[in-house]
Amino acid sequence: MIAELGHFALILALVLSLVQGLVPMIGANRNRIALMAVGRPAAQGQLVFLVISFACLTYAFITSDFSVRLAAANSHSQTPLIYKITGVWGNHEGSLLLWALSLSLWTVAVTVFSRDLPEAFMARVLGVLGWISAGFISFTLFTSNPFERLLPAVAEGRDLNPLLQDPGMIIHPPLLYMGYVGFSVAFAFAIAALLTGRLDAAWARWSRPWTTVAWVFLTAGIAVGSGWAYYELGWGGWWFWDPVENASFMPWLLGTALMHSLAVTEKRGAFRSWTILLAIGAFSLSLLGTFLVRSGVITSVHAFAVDPARGLYILALLVLVIGISLVLFAWRAPKLAGGGSFDLVSRDSSLLANNVLLAVVTGAVLLGTLYPLFLDALNLGKISVGPPYFEATFVPLMVPVVLLMVVAPFMRWKKDDLPKTLRKLGPAFGASIIVGFLVAFVIDHVTWRTVLGLFLAAWVLIGSAQLLWSRLAERPGAAASNRLRGIPSAWWGMWLAHVGVGIFVIGVTMIGSLESHTDVRMRDGQTATIGKYTFVFQGVREVQASNYIAAQAKLQVFKGDRLLTTMTPEKRNYVASAMPMTQVSLHIGPLRDLYVSLGDQLDSETWLVNLHIKPFISWIWAGCILMALGGIFAASDKRYRRLAERSAPAAAARQAS
Amino acid sequence: MPVDRFVRPLNAGIAVLLFAALFSLPSVTLSAGEATPVAENPELEARVQSLSRNLRCLVCQNESVAESRAPLAVDLRAQVREQLGAGKSEAEVVDFMVSRYGDFVLYRPPFKASTALLWLGPLVLLVGGLGWLLLRLRSREQEPALHLTEDERRRARALLEGNPADSEEQRS
Amino acid sequence: MKAKFLVPLAIFLALAGFLGYGLTLNPSVVPSPLVGKPAPAFQLAKLDAPQETFGVDDMRGQVWLLNVWASWCVSCRQEHPYLVEMAGTGGIPVIGLNYKDERQAAIGWLRAQGDPYLATVTDEDGRVGIEYGVYGTPETFLIDKDGVIRYKHIGPINRDTVQKVLMPMIAELSRAG
Repeated sequence: MIAELGHFALILALVLSLVQGLVPMIGANRNRIALMAVGRPAAQGQLVFLVISFACLTYAFITSDFSVRLAAANSHSQTPLIYKITGVWGNHEGSLLLWALSLSLWTVAVTVFSRDLPEAFMARVLGVLGWISAGFISFTLFTSNPFERLLPAVAEGRDLNPLLQDPGMIIHPPLLYMGYVGFSVAFAFAIAALLTGRLDAAWARWSRPWTTVAWVFLTAGIAVGSGWAYYELGWGGWWFWDPVENASFMPWLLGTALMHSLAVTEKRGAFRSWTILLAIGAFSLSLLGTFLVRSGVITSVHAFAVDPARGLYILALLVLVIGISLVLFAWRAPKLAGGGSFDLVSRDSSLLANNVLLAVVTGAVLLGTLYPLFLDALNLGKISVGPPYFEATFVPLMVPVVLLMVVAPFMRWKKDDLPKTLRKLGPAFGASIIVGFLVAFVIDHVTWRTVLGLFLAAWVLIGSAQLLWSRLAERPGAAASNRLRGIPSAWWGMWLAHVGVGIFVIGVTMIGSLESHTDVRMRDGQTATIGKYTFVFQGVREVQASNYIAAQAKLQVFKGDRLLTTMTPEKRNYVASAMPMTQVSLHIGPLRDLYVSLGDQLDSETWLVNLHIKPFISWIWAGCILMALGGIFAASDKRYRRLAERSAPAAAARQAS
Repeated sequence: MPVDRFVRPLNAGIAVLLFAALFSLPSVTLSAGEATPVAENPELEARVQSLSRNLRCLVCQNESVAESRAPLAVDLRAQVREQLGAGKSEAEVVDFMVSRYGDFVLYRPPFKASTALLWLGPLVLLVGGLGWLLLRLRSREQEPALHLTEDERRRARALLEGNPADSEEQRS
Repeated sequence: MKAKFLVPLAIFLALAGFLGYGLTLNPSVVPSPLVGKPAPAFQLAKLDAPQETFGVDDMRGQVWLLNVWASWCVSCRQEHPYLVEMAGTGGIPVIGLNYKDERQAAIGWLRAQGDPYLATVTDEDGRVGIEYGVYGTPETFLIDKDGVIRYKHIGPINRDTVQKVLMPMIAELSRAG
C-alpha cells in the first residue's frame, strides 16, 4: 500500500513537472502573468510529491518490506538502520529518485531565493527545470520503477552491497547529486537568457551564487567519494581516473571555469557567449556522467547494473536536452557579442586564458575517458586508458592553470602593466622555486615531479600570502581588524579556495613521493617496523555485528617507546551477501596517516598484514574542504543579498499601495 | 551474456589457499620478534608492484593487477614476479602480457596509428585553444567598448537595485 | 547563424552517435591477439589418466576446438549441452582444458554432465591459461590443421554460435589444405 502511494506520488510529480515545463513557458511567450505564475506552485507541489514518494520508498527499506523488489535486492532485516536508509539510494532506481528529488529541491530554492527575478525570466527558468525534471521522473517511472513489487515477497533481502555500508556513502551520493543537479540551475538561467536574448551583468549576478553553491556540493561530493575509495577499497589509492570518477570530475573542471567566467561577465560584461557555453557544458557533462554510470558503455568499478534500454532512454534525454540547447546557442549566441573591451594584459584576459586551459583539460579527460569506446565502435581494437595516460596529460596541462591562478588576482581589470606585474610577483616566483628545491632536498626525494609539485604549492601559498598582504595595505590608515573586516566575503572565498588548491597540491605531491608500505606475515607478539613506527601484532578475535562477522586484529603502534595508538583492522564477512570485505584501520594525523589492512589468514595464528604510511594524505581533503569553504564564502557575499533586501521594502510598499 | 568471471566471492577460501601457496617460504617458526616480510626480495617486490599497477586486471571491473584480489590478478602478479625475478626487463614482461591479452591489458596505451589521436589530442586541443584565445584577444583590443544608451543604463541599474517596475522584461 | 557557433553542436552530435553505438557493444569482451598465431604449446597431464600427457602437437593435421572449462564455473554448465551435441554429431574433436580445478570435482562433473571431450588436460595452476590469454571461463579456441588459432569465443557458446560461427569456419578450415 505504502509502495503504491509512493508510486502514485511519483506519477503526480511527473504531471506537475509537465505543467511546470509547459504553462510558464507559454505564459512567458504570450506575456500572460497568470500563466507564468503557475511555475512556482507547480515546482513546490512537485517537491511535496517527490518527498512523499521518497519517504514511501525509505519506509519500505526501514520496515524491510521485501515485497518491494528494490528493498529485497538492497536491504536486509539485520542491516543497521542508517544503512537501511542509505540503501534507498545505493542502487540505480533509488538513486534516480534522489536525483529527481535534488532537482526539485534546487528548483524550489530558486523560487524562494530568486523571488525578485523578472517574472518572464523566472517563468522560463522554471520551465527549463520542469522539462529536465519531467525527463528524469519519466525515466524513473518507465524504465526504473523503484516501487516495483516482488510477488511473492521473499522472506529475507539480499542486503546492501557491503562496500556501500560505510559512513562515507551516507553523504557522498546526496552531495554529489546536489552538485551535478545544481548545475541545472545555471543551465536553466543560460537557456532562459538565450530565449529572451538578454544577457547582461545582472544575469551573471543572478547566476553566480547558484553556480558557486552547486560547485561547493560537487567539490564536497567528489572529496567524500575519494575519501571513501581511500579507506574502503582497501588499497589506499585516492583517485584512479576511473571513468565514473572522471564523470564527476569533468563537470567540476568546467564548473570551475564557469564560476570564473561568470565573474568576468558580471564585472565587465565580457565573455558572454563563452559563459553561456560553459553553463551548457557543465550541465551536459553532468548528464553525460549519469549516462556513463547507468548505461554500461564503459566498464568501471562504480557503475550501476547494466541495462542498454535505460542507456537508450538517457541517451535520448541527453540528445534532447543538450541538442536543443546547443541549437539555441548556435541561433542566439551570435547576437551576444560585445562587452567591455580589455587589454591583452589584464585580469580579464588572464581569466579567459585560464578558462580556455580548464576547458582544454576537460577535453583531454573526456578524450581519455571515451577513447576506448571510440576505438571499439570503429572496430579498431580494445584498449584501456588508465592513470598513466591521465597523469601524463593532466599534470602538464594543469601547470599553467596553477601558475596563472596566482597571477590573475594581482592584475587589474581592463588593462594592466606587464612589467609592473612581473616585478610585483618576481620575488614570490623566485622564492617558490627555491622552496621547491629546498623541500625536495630536505625530504630527500629530488625528482622533477616532486620539485614541480612543491614549487607549484609554494607559488600558490606564497602568492596568496602576498595577495592578502597587498590587500591589507590598501587602506594603510585603518586598524588591522577594520582592514580585515573591510574585505568582502567574496574575496575571502576566492582566497581560501586558492589556498585550498595549494594545500591540495602539497598533499598530492607528498603522497606521490614519500608513501611507504610493507606486507608482512604476523603472529601474536611479532613486531614490524616501518619508518618511525613499530607495529605489535596482538592477535585476532572474532567480532559479531548485526549483519556481519569479522575477524578483528589488534595492533599496538609505538613511535619510539611511546604507545601511539591501537589499531583494529578487520576482515568482515557479510552474512546475507557472503561477501568478504576488508575494513581498514586508519590513524589520521596532520603529517601522515597510518593505514593498516588485514589480509588473509595464512595458518591458525599467522595473518597477512599490510602496513602503510601515507604522508600528508589528509592535506588532499583539507585542500578540498578549503575550496568548498571558499565557495561558501563567495556565495554568501552580501552583494547577492542586496538585490533581495532592497526590493523587500519596495515589494511591501507596492502591496500597501 | 553471463560469462562466469573468476570473481567468485563465495569461494574466497580457494583464493586464500592460492595466496598462501604463493607466499609459502621454507617455514621459519618464530615465536615472537620481527615479523617476516611477505616479499623475499623487497626491491623485486617494488618493481612487481609498480609494473602491475599499470596492468589491467581483465576480469575486474576496472582495477589494476596490483590492486585486485581476483585470482587471475594473483596469478598475473606471480607471473610478473617470476619473470622479473628471472632477470627479464620490464619491457619484456609487458610484451609477454600484450602478446597474450592484447593492448587492453595496458593502462598506458602504446602510441600507434589507432591511438595517435588519443596521445596527440590534448596537445591539439591546447594549441587550438591557445590559438583561439590569441585571435580572440587580438580582435578584442580593436573592438570598441560597448556603449550603453542612457535608457539601457537606467534599466540595468534598475535591475541591479531590484526595482521590478522598471525592470519588467522586454519581450524578445 | 555563424558557423563557428555550430561547432559545439557538431561535436556533441558526433559524440552522441558514438555513445549510441557504444550501447550495442560489450565492453567486457576482449579480442585475443592470439588469433592468427600458432597455438601456444603445452604438455599437460590428462584428467582421467594423470600419468599420461597430451599436447597441441597431438592434434596436428586436424581442425579442433580447445574448450577451457572448470567445474566451479556456472556458465560452463550452460554451454555444455552444445558441446556434447557437437561431439555427438562427430563434426569436430574437442579438447578440454580443465582450468584451475580439482581433479575429483572435474571428473565428477563430466560424469554428471556428459563428456564431449576427445581428451581433457588439467591446468592446475592456470599457467597454460595465461599462455592462451584466458581471462574467464568458458573460452573456446578454434585451431586449424597447422596448429594456428583461427577464432576465439569468449563466454558460453550456444546453438547460434555453433551453427552460424563455428560450423562454417570449421567446414572451410577442413577443406583447406
